[in-house]
Amino acid sequence: MANTFKLSQESLGSLFAALRKDGRRILAPVAADGRVDLKEVEAPAQVAADYIQSVLSAKEVVFPKVERLLSYTTAPGKVDLKDAEPNAVPTVLFGVRPCEAKGFGALDAVFNWDYRDKFFNARIEKLAVIGVGCTKADESCFCTSVGGGPVDTAGSDILLTPIEGGYLVEVCTEKGAAIQALAPDLFKPGSGVDKAAIAAKVAPAFDQPALTAKLPGLFENGVWADQSLRCIGCGACAFVCPTCVCFDIQEEADPKKGERLRCWDSCGFHMFTLHASGHNPREVQGARWRQRVYHKFSYYPERYDRLGCVGCGKCTRACPVDMNLKEHLIEAAGVTA
Amino acid sequence: MSEKNIYLPYLMRIAEITEESPAVKTFRLEFIDEIAAQSFDFKTGQFGLYSAFGEGESTFCIASSPTRKGYIECTFREVGRVTAALADKEVGDIVGFRGPYGNVFPLEDWKGRNLVFIAGGIALPPLRSVIWNCLDLRDWFKDITVVYGARSVKDLVYKRELREWTERSDMKLVTTVDPGGETPDWRGEVGFIPPVVEGLGLRAENTVAIVCGPPIMIKLTLPVLEKLGFPPERIFTTLENRMKCGVGKCGRCNTGSSYVCKDGPVYTLAELNELPTEY
Repeated sequence: MANTFKLSQESLGSLFAALRKDGRRILAPVAADGRVDLKEVEAPAQVAADYIQSVLSAKEVVFPKVERLLSYTTAPGKVDLKDAEPNAVPTVLFGVRPCEAKGFGALDAVFNWDYRDKFFNARIEKLAVIGVGCTKADESCFCTSVGGGPVDTAGSDILLTPIEGGYLVEVCTEKGAAIQALAPDLFKPGSGVDKAAIAAKVAPAFDQPALTAKLPGLFENGVWADQSLRCIGCGACAFVCPTCVCFDIQEEADPKKGERLRCWDSCGFHMFTLHASGHNPREVQGARWRQRVYHKFSYYPERYDRLGCVGCGKCTRACPVDMNLKEHLIEAAGVTA
Repeated sequence: MSEKNIYLPYLMRIAEITEESPAVKTFRLEFIDEIAAQSFDFKTGQFGLYSAFGEGESTFCIASSPTRKGYIECTFREVGRVTAALADKEVGDIVGFRGPYGNVFPLEDWKGRNLVFIAGGIALPPLRSVIWNCLDLRDWFKDITVVYGARSVKDLVYKRELREWTERSDMKLVTTVDPGGETPDWRGEVGFIPPVVEGLGLRAENTVAIVCGPPIMIKLTLPVLEKLGFPPERIFTTLENRMKCGVGKCGRCNTGSSYVCKDGPVYTLAELNELPTEY
């Protein structure tokens, strides 16, 4: 169980200073130009205080949009290969939502279930997450339908829940304890807070275990094709998703040197599964939309014993044609096979 | 805590190039690094990612048999950017190889059984690895039959080996070309693979069938085998979904909860029947 404390709003600045003194950069949601994005900050005043979700997810911190896997130089009959290093910086991710914090576990499941991915691992090792629980939610949120909650500690090294004049602090992991140890005096004794009363109200939208159990039988159901009729295959849902991990590997090269890059990709793209022969196992958008749902709600549970969705609703907010994951899942859960 | 970079390929030198058919080539590749050459090991059925530096990686099976040490071979058709760049290479040039990846054909389980290999077109390379492996362990198995079909005589790959297999007395090779694809001196069958297989008088009893080919050929051959009495557990095939990582991460080959790169590429028909047909 987490050790609980209280931290005053004023002492948060001292905690930031202590983290920076320890050589860590602090990334936090920052509101600018009408949107919230993760940026490096120095002081709590820079952090977006009253936001629901950032547009992009925090996965970029451990899984960049584009990263070099290797580089090389070539000459006739000769290739010099150079390994790439992830160049991981000690980082504290401050103020992300509990759903996002939980997303890192879903990424870890893929990056390390068998072969270990050193790029992801170098970054996650140097990352500590200080989540801030939600006191507000919107109609896209559905964390409570996928095993999470607005003040859930899973995935956070420290979870802060806003209370009068500061935060309730739950130190959840050894990484969290190491942060506390940087400025132990800031952490005052605290307990007896009714978290549930403070937390945003996110009503459960559908019965996820029942949905997961019925998905294999719904594979050929017309519901997926119907839902995907307006999907334009833009991939925005995958790019903003905290757990979407599918990637492409591309070459950038000139005749004498080059590098191999890993780039975000999406199962929503036609090219994703296109064979060299022209055959495409997922020929139509309905099949690709179904893959997105099944990967998160059927294949992930079967393979990794966890969901590939944290219910943050970023995909719904980003979708240019108003596809709505929560509503679509409610509909699927109600289909009689 | 320095971990190994799983995306870093071996460097390989092209030792030999064989022109198999129009736009199809076989490379024999040798490791440049001595230690890698000594330690490298694979089993039949496995695949790898082959790099043309400057263009990227493509996925092909290892077409040679693990019983032949010191090199690996791949056979590919020039269809895209990477395979075009590979096709431009000459003997002595350097390419990359990552692997071996994926599961294997269970030869141990096939001991004492008859084997029937059925391949269409450019799908002979993955079976060629198994066929040579089985021929090199000849006394493990009973009758070995190979049925190989292509669109036309000029599309047949491994012509040298087809002659060698014809001459061997410890196996039977049946070659066929699609109607219209024959030449005046063609001595094989003329016809599509499924009816040729049906006419062979194969007995399913104690026999394993290994099938690989274009989707339409597989689709039409499987019912023939089922009609002959092959249970789905004794029909094997190898899938080649599009892949980028080869190590169960990039998500491209995901079919149902299976990753073709990890749980495959070798599947029995019984296993495939459990997966959505997204391959």
